[in-house]
Amino acid sequence: MGLLEVIGPVMVGPSSSHTAGACRLALLARHTLLSPPTEATLTLHGSFAKTAKGHGTDRALAAGLLGYQPDDARIPEALTLAAREGLDLEFVTKDLGDVHPNTVQFSLAAEGETLTLTGSSLGGGVVRVFRVDGFEINFSGGYHTLLVRHTDRAGVIATVARVLADDAVNIATLHCARGSHARGQRGGAAMMSLELETPPSAHVLAYLAQLSAVAWLRLLPDVMQG
Amino acid sequence: MTLYELMAAPGRASEAVLNDTTPPEEQSALLTTMRGRLGEMRSAVRRGLESDAPSRTGMVGWNAKTLWERPDPLGAPLLKRVQAYAMAVNEENARMGRIVAAPTAGSAGTLPGALIGVGDELGFTDDALVMPLVLAAGIGDIISQTMFIAGASGGCGAEIGPSAAMAAAAVCELLGGSARQAVHAAAMALMNTIGLVCDPVGGFVEVPCVSRNAFYSVHAVAAAQLALAGLESFIPPDEVVSAMASVGRLLPPELRETGEGGLADTPTGRRIALQMAK
Repeated sequence: MGLLEVIGPVMVGPSSSHTAGACRLALLARHTLLSPPTEATLTLHGSFAKTAKGHGTDRALAAGLLGYQPDDARIPEALTLAAREGLDLEFVTKDLGDVHPNTVQFSLAAEGETLTLTGSSLGGGVVRVFRVDGFEINFSGGYHTLLVRHTDRAGVIATVARVLADDAVNIATLHCARGSHARGQRGGAAMMSLELETPPSAHVLAYLAQLSAVAWLRLLPDVMQG
Repeated sequence: MTLYELMAAPGRASEAVLNDTTPPEEQSALLTTMRGRLGEMRSAVRRGLESDAPSRTGMVGWNAKTLWERPDPLGAPLLKRVQAYAMAVNEENARMGRIVAAPTAGSAGTLPGALIGVGDELGFTDDALVMPLVLAAGIGDIISQTMFIAGASGGCGAEIGPSAAMAAAAVCELLGGSARQAVHAAAMALMNTIGLVCDPVGGFVEVPCVSRNAFYSVHAVAAAQLALAGLESFIPPDEVVSAMASVGRLLPPELRETGEGGLADTPTGRRIALQMAK
């Protein structure tokens, strides 16, 4: 943990993992969508499933989907505020298999798009997203995260890396995944997540977005500040 | 950095932490942020001492204010202040108030209880508390490289243990302790929390968490007092961290933040869990 992760986050209680971490995961899901979600099914696993109400996990998840930070004083009222903002929330509990005890799966619908995203809250407010739309990628929310949904063919990863290098953007971590249905096939769907030390410029993002192999991309903010 | 390396630092331990973790051009911004977090801690203490509003379960909410306003039959104002400050933060936390996780929300009261409590009682300014806070962060950072700091990973010994160790080192340095003394204060605090279970009633961060923060803020101050007198942990500090981690991993899941064992598995604990599930 970095010094400001040990003494931090500044947050609304009662639990760094079940409240602040849950809010951060929901913020990452919110930013993976282009517009605010209108429907959300939140599947809670393990300790999240068992102790969600007591820890305010339900309210923290709703708050993150509304775009609130973990220190936002509106978190205790987030379920009411979500209803007012037109966000239809459903909570279900389910065993998601061999994953961290504090795991949540978001199934979201917004205007013209849907998203599933799964992540875990590891403790102390530290989180990790490990699956987006079925692709096994991996990011922490502690950097500027670039998510790229692309065609699985030679040179795409190199092109993205080169364009970022030309913009002097350092890649901290990189995870690539093929969709499970495309295992062993070329030309199928793939995704990569890149954690970047500085945000790429707008024209770099625009250039990457128009590449024929790129279906879409999203730049997620660092949610570990504060 | 290991605790062994930190202990050998020539100057103050906090300076060694700062230089080891933060490039020179970023140090001033980090100290400004730390100063801000100290302010947030103090604000949570103030709100917690003023409020007696119950938490959602009704199990806690008035402890800090009650202790703070009652007479002090022991004639031990430092003891009372440290405990009241610690519980003030954890009761704010239980009310879904704004706190600083240090290193977690459940253990958020121990460090401000000990550090701000000692600072106020002995007349230190908040500026004097910033570098000790950096040291506390550094101790937590080092411990987290061996064991993930969470009751779920190793019981309360892996949660209040690190927070008490952080607080002990911070108080020791505030009172003029050397790097060696500060690290031994941390080690003595940690070695005497090994094996504590995490058994929150109903799964809520309330019982025993609120009173536990009161007790372990005092524990941290006691460890600093021993270290300042030149007493040391016989087991080297890094080995104490390993022992904490290995004992934590031996704990059964029921005693690792699932709310299924210990105090949570008493007739009263089960009743609260049932009530709140409705």
